[in-house]
Amino acid sequence: MALDKYQIAQRISNELQDGYYVNLGIGIPTLVANYIPKGMNVVLQSENGLLGMGPFPFEGEEDADLINAGKQTITTLPGSAFFDSAMSFGMIRSGKVDLTVLGAMEVSENGDIANWKIPGKMVKGMGGAMDLVASAKNIIVAMMHTNPKGESKLLPECTLPLTGKRCVKKIVTELAVLELVNGSFKLLERAPGVSVEEIQQKTAGKLIVEGDIPEMSL
Amino acid sequence: MNKIYKNAEEAVADIKDGSTLMLGGFGLCGIPENCIAALVKKGTKNLVCISNNAGVDDFGIGLMLQQKQVKKMISSYVGENAEFERQLLSGELEVELVPQGTLATRCMASGYGMPAIYTPAGVGTEVAEGKEIRNFNGKDYLLEMAFDADFAIVKAWKGDEHGNLVYKDTARNFNPLMAMAGKITIAEVEELVPAGELDPNNIHTPGIYVHRIFKGVNYEKRIEQRTVRKK
Repeated sequence: MALDKYQIAQRISNELQDGYYVNLGIGIPTLVANYIPKGMNVVLQSENGLLGMGPFPFEGEEDADLINAGKQTITTLPGSAFFDSAMSFGMIRSGKVDLTVLGAMEVSENGDIANWKIPGKMVKGMGGAMDLVASAKNIIVAMMHTNPKGESKLLPECTLPLTGKRCVKKIVTELAVLELVNGSFKLLERAPGVSVEEIQQKTAGKLIVEGDIPEMSL
Repeated sequence: MNKIYKNAEEAVADIKDGSTLMLGGFGLCGIPENCIAALVKKGTKNLVCISNNAGVDDFGIGLMLQQKQVKKMISSYVGENAEFERQLLSGELEVELVPQGTLATRCMASGYGMPAIYTPAGVGTEVAEGKEIRNFNGKDYLLEMAFDADFAIVKAWKGDEHGNLVYKDTARNFNPLMAMAGKITIAEVEELVPAGELDPNNIHTPGIYVHRIFKGVNYEKRIEQRTVRKK
């Protein structure tokens, strides 16, 4: 069975470590916050100027001055800190953020990522994505393995305008966990009940399959 | 020294057609609502606006777009509004998209008196086209120029008669950076207090950067994405 978006987020949460500062992008990445293991100290960075992002506020307690990068109302936690946008990207650029999770439209076998522009369609902008991918030490992409037309999003080369080059380290899709190694997608894990053949068939870029591929543990 | 202005109308009175403005805020959070309303009323045209976003159809910079007052937007993320899209596609509006961290740091550089910065954001993408690339310690960086703005218009929570400013929560965002970068900086505040009321240890923008300050009125503080959980 292919994973749903919540299970993709849950699988990504296995990558978290105690003490990590983490930036979660909009969409599936945001859901990772729901699966931080109990007792583990993970600090969420919101690039509009907050470390220590808390859950959504209770009804009636929302504050227009307190939002996340998706413009949603949020809360702080004990130990939170506010800062301006230059400092926010300063901590990203200088490698202080341990893990960045974001979505993508395409990833290439050498780790290029495209997630901001479809030529011919309305272009809304890159927001903070280009800054994040250019500097993050550890980037995990959360996305579906194929686009709505059924075409692979794991490609030999990106066809869409790039957000960044050679920056993705790991990809978690509804079918598989893959690592970017030596210009290839290396298959690490498959979703429960999903065959290696299906992953091979839906991966257009170079795929390395070595030995038995274990099922993900969720 | 008198930096105190009566209201937004007075503070923006000398902003001329064709000026370059920085406008603080992230989405609709921390935007200078009073000054935007005054500019809409005044009808200033051909403005170049540097702001992370372009508002929504009927609020924020969207109000200025409706009146076709904006010639060019320099932003990281736009298009939360239909009129913006229409003007962009019809060629009435020019847009320069800048990575968010680059946008912030180009404001910062201006306020720190530095002409340019090097950043890795955008290397290998269309953002790099026509820009100098320099390699430091094995990694490529783009040369990005500091912004040059005639006016910076910011919104703070509290301010005093010297122009010292304190922001609240994530409404800080681009405001302190832009406050430092304007040739003339206009600050609208929710509370305007006498000198001595704000703790000097907790000033976010020192008053030297602020030329005009006034107490804003009738803040709507619209929320773009109201997300709550049940008690």
